[in-house]
Amino acid sequence: MKVLVPLKRVADPDNANKVKVPADGSKVDTGSLEWKANPFDEYALETALRLTEDGKAQKKRLGEVVVATFGPKDTETTLRAALATGADRAIRVDVEDEAIDGLLVAKALAKIVEEEKPDLVLLGKQQVDGDTNQVGQLLAELLDWPMATFAGTVQEEDGALLVGREVDGGQLDVRVKLPALVTVDLRVVNPTSVYSKVTDKEKFKYAEGVRFAPLPAIMKARKKPLDVKKLGDLVSDTAQKVKYIRYEAPPQRKAGEKVADVDTLVSKLKNEAKVL
Amino acid sequence: MGNVLVVAEVADGKLRKTTHSAVTFAKEAAAQLGGSYDILVIGAGVDGAAADAAKLGAGKVLVADDASLTNYLAETYAPTVAEIGKGYSVVCGTASPYGKDLLARVAGKLDAGFASDITSLLPQEGGKLTYKRPIYAGNAFVVCQLASDVEIVTVRQSAFDAAAEGGDSPVEKAAVAGASAAKDRIEWVNFNSVKSERPELAEADVVVSGGRALKEQFYEILDPLADVLGAAIGASRAACDAGYCAPDLQVGQTGKIVAPGLYIAIGISGAIQHLAGMKSSKVIVAINKDEEAPIYQITDYGLVADLFKAVPELTEKIKAAKA
Repeated sequence: MKVLVPLKRVADPDNANKVKVPADGSKVDTGSLEWKANPFDEYALETALRLTEDGKAQKKRLGEVVVATFGPKDTETTLRAALATGADRAIRVDVEDEAIDGLLVAKALAKIVEEEKPDLVLLGKQQVDGDTNQVGQLLAELLDWPMATFAGTVQEEDGALLVGREVDGGQLDVRVKLPALVTVDLRVVNPTSVYSKVTDKEKFKYAEGVRFAPLPAIMKARKKPLDVKKLGDLVSDTAQKVKYIRYEAPPQRKAGEKVADVDTLVSKLKNEAKVL
Repeated sequence: MGNVLVVAEVADGKLRKTTHSAVTFAKEAAAQLGGSYDILVIGAGVDGAAADAAKLGAGKVLVADDASLTNYLAETYAPTVAEIGKGYSVVCGTASPYGKDLLARVAGKLDAGFASDITSLLPQEGGKLTYKRPIYAGNAFVVCQLASDVEIVTVRQSAFDAAAEGGDSPVEKAAVAGASAAKDRIEWVNFNSVKSERPELAEADVVVSGGRALKEQFYEILDPLADVLGAAIGASRAACDAGYCAPDLQVGQTGKIVAPGLYIAIGISGAIQHLAGMKSSKVIVAINKDEEAPIYQITDYGLVADLFKAVPELTEKIKAAKA
């Protein structure tokens, strides 16, 4: 199986409360926050790796995983990290972060899909900076492919995937024939969430979470192929449909008081907050 | 002038309350555009839901009812929503898993700009609808506009009040569009529903939320408190990941966003991603044995205590206080 995994770097999401909006609202200043791969995209990569291997013999890759990102030269760090983790090739679409929106990314990815012909496109369900939750769905529609969003489980079958989708009120199982598109949710990296056809799901369990690149792999990743494309070569009309006009800081909530015991808490809730 | 189409959400033949928040947005947007709003009810056997929708003040309720729409799949629903929606200025819904899945696909079909999970509609700027939506886990907002003939919008349920019922809109049949090629390559297999008698998380006035510290006693500790308060139960990601509760109880940036009158966080330290899902709650209480837990930076009342002792005591004392 050949899998395309689009990735995005984001400002360290565990310190997102440190972003600042200047008084003129011209930008979100992420200051000195480190770039990290979007966590959901890391889960998509882990899913792609699990689907292209026998869990018991992971060194022998049984498929191809191509990663792609959009951004300036320094986003190649994110791609190299993905290559070190196990991806085979990388593509960077050279563009400034501010010049793209979800639909443009989806259109450019549709063109890459046309060129690369993957059996599966795997993405995170959302980017934790813009939080738009749309690129996967847009891309599936542009390709007229079946999709399974918010995947918690993925099981490979012959020419198809059985996907458990996390939705309101429970889990919805759908079967998509390849080629197809899947966006992944948090639970997809649990030990028994994803199995390729060759991994013995009765006997094999993955470690919790995503795998990390061993040091020799980081060295080797520097030699793996990384192509650079221009957005204009992939999409003819590069006008954005979503216009960001300005940014605003959120209202601040200040810490209240610590109460001494349960009695005080109940009394405050009843008499002061009046919520009982 | 321009009109707005609300895409209703239906579950078990009934209109879901998520729809009511989208209607409130539609009312505001239609007023700004000098037009009106209609509601599209789509599915199979949805007469009951259409009757519910007719009470929400719409110009009309359109019903696309067909056996081929029995089980929701974006691949089967999107063509009809897009076909009907292209006659409107705005097509909207609520940013539930259904709305996120379906309306993004509709945006792709219509080559339209999509503002997802908005928290308010601002006064028009430059004669255009202007939306505000949270980014960076709610640590900033962006004000945005869309540049397409049809604008696609999903609203954050907790940020728009549920529309009140009143009125009796005419109900009309709408044509079902041919499905897409993608439709033949997807199969609806099974829905494993997790039934709960409790109020829906996003709609509850009180939410009692638990973290990983509760371990296997998650429900044993939380159920009695939730019963006394008539509360919905929520959870941190860690509790969901560990399997102590169902994944759809997760409150946070990428799970449910809630803003109840009272939110009680029990054994939850307060990761940024969790705070993003609940910090708009009116009154926030935390019970945690770690007095340095970040959750205390946003709580109105914090109790530093062993939750296994404090929560049963709190349950009894609230019961007494309410009696």
